[in-house]
Amino acid sequence: MISATAATAKTPLLKLEGLFLKFGGVLVLSDVSLEVYDGEIFSIIGPNGAGKTCLLNCVNRFYHPERGKIFFQGREITHCKTHEIASFGIARTFQNVELFKGMTVIDNIKLGHHVHLNTGILSAGYYFGSARRTELKLRKEIEETIIDLLEIESIRKKKVGTLPYGLQKRVELARALAMKPKLLLLDEPVTGMNLEETEDMARFILDIHEEWGVTIILIEHDMGVVMDISNRVCVLDFGVKIAEGEPVDIRTNDRVISAYLGTKDLAYSRLGG
Amino acid sequence: MRCGDLKESYLEDEKIFQSLFVKICLGIFFVVLLIVPFVAGPYVLYIMNLIGFSIIAAVGLNLLTGFTGQISLGHAAFVGVGGYTTAILVTRLGFPFWVALPCAGFVSAGMGLIIGIPSLRVKGLYLCIATLAAQFILEFVFVHWESMTKGIRGINVPPPRIGSFEFNTEKSYYFITFILVILVVGFARNLVRTKWGRAFLAIRDRDLSAEIIGINLFRYKLAAFAISSFFAGIAGGLWVGFIKVVTPEHFPFSLSIQYLAMVIVGGMGSILGSIFGAIFMTLTPELLNMLVGSSKEMFPGLDQFFIPLKDIIFGGLIVGFLVFEPHGLAEIWHRIKTFFTLWPFSY
Repeated sequence: MISATAATAKTPLLKLEGLFLKFGGVLVLSDVSLEVYDGEIFSIIGPNGAGKTCLLNCVNRFYHPERGKIFFQGREITHCKTHEIASFGIARTFQNVELFKGMTVIDNIKLGHHVHLNTGILSAGYYFGSARRTELKLRKEIEETIIDLLEIESIRKKKVGTLPYGLQKRVELARALAMKPKLLLLDEPVTGMNLEETEDMARFILDIHEEWGVTIILIEHDMGVVMDISNRVCVLDFGVKIAEGEPVDIRTNDRVISAYLGTKDLAYSRLGG
Repeated sequence: MRCGDLKESYLEDEKIFQSLFVKICLGIFFVVLLIVPFVAGPYVLYIMNLIGFSIIAAVGLNLLTGFTGQISLGHAAFVGVGGYTTAILVTRLGFPFWVALPCAGFVSAGMGLIIGIPSLRVKGLYLCIATLAAQFILEFVFVHWESMTKGIRGINVPPPRIGSFEFNTEKSYYFITFILVILVVGFARNLVRTKWGRAFLAIRDRDLSAEIIGINLFRYKLAAFAISSFFAGIAGGLWVGFIKVVTPEHFPFSLSIQYLAMVIVGGMGSILGSIFGAIFMTLTPELLNMLVGSSKEMFPGLDQFFIPLKDIIFGGLIVGFLVFEPHGLAEIWHRIKTFFTLWPFSY
């Protein structure tokens, strides 16, 4: 599954430049720079507390880095508002599922499309004209592309809060897809899943990547998934980037092995390498 | 009875009233509502008008509290703003009632926007206190801005009229209320199934991920405040046109609580629920009044005992509903409906 390196000389889709993030006295991210190119699956790995999720939160503008710059498609987004990030085409799923529990699956997915809708309040209130047309078009689009792709037809009318964890993760992915993102940030999409669910999820991620041409940043602890589907991998340890490269190189990198994968013997058993 | 349904288009699936049976029932219900004023007495019509005003205000509050999750304890004050705006516009500036009423809505909405500003920073109980402050400040203004509101003496308002026809009876006013209730409920129900309603629910359920999805929290919270107070303003204006007078005593803090109770008893986040809640909260005290009235003859001398009992029973009923059906009357209705959907062939 490992394709040739996607990194070329063109401008990166997402570029982080010397990012510093502090919580009180704790340095969470320290001078992290990285570039993600169009069409890549880029993984970020590292031990717990390494700052992986914080990195994504910085991109989402949840956290405000002390120093450093974030560029998306060559445009600086370091000072944008959180809700503006979505309109640039950056979608996100969370480590702990953050769905709207009281709403149905289909409403959750429709919400993902929010930034692309511009229904006026009057037209919405009487549901005619553009409101009605956009709603129906949205429904058709979601049903025929996203729900079909992720195989969640049977649960689309269910309240999200009643679904099992694995399905909730899938609905969250669907919601992120409804935004039609250019960049998809996936925070531990297969955590807590059994082997079968993990394989399904990996298949969906690859499908999305290939069919939709979405660039994906993936945080994951499941080394099997990371090594199999990523084009490039970046390793964080205590907020410092200690390695970046193709999975083959990361697997044999000494610093990575000592920081994250344990001793060499253990590393082999975990990486199957 | 039907034993299932088959839909062939997304349009059919998105409809509010899904089957012909439901539409027929609804049609019959409307016809009955239109016949009622010709057969019922003025007291029944008086109550029905009051229910109508409560429905409009409760639907407004439900959009804010039930859908967007912003608890407001100042709803009666917004109703009051609407009432006073209508009264002042009609008596001082000579506006016709039909122009003053939407103006009342907009003035109330503007007030709602101002009160809603803290909602971006303060949440939950703290917002509750902020809206409580609004209630007391506005009440104070109603009483003490005498040059405008005539203080506790109140303002007398002429009834609305078209040409030479005056809507000064319960019966004629009923039709105004009826039409406005349908417009408001229709608006709210449609609103919540589009982008706006979904954004409101998203803010209620998890505001942080709503923001990640691209929902401008400030904008939508303010929109919820504005729409909610707009409806309150309309309810207030209608009410004032009906009772032909407006005084500060009409909009006490306890009325705010009552609106909140309508929303909670009816079902948070359900438009139908607010209708049930408004009916329940208006009708039950009246029914209890009637019971107490009739008990007077059966147990002479005991009515001193029955009058406080009325409040206890009313309170007990509310608590009972909350304990046995926390999702409100709308959920009970929903259960009854699901039971009969496949009846008698359910398994």
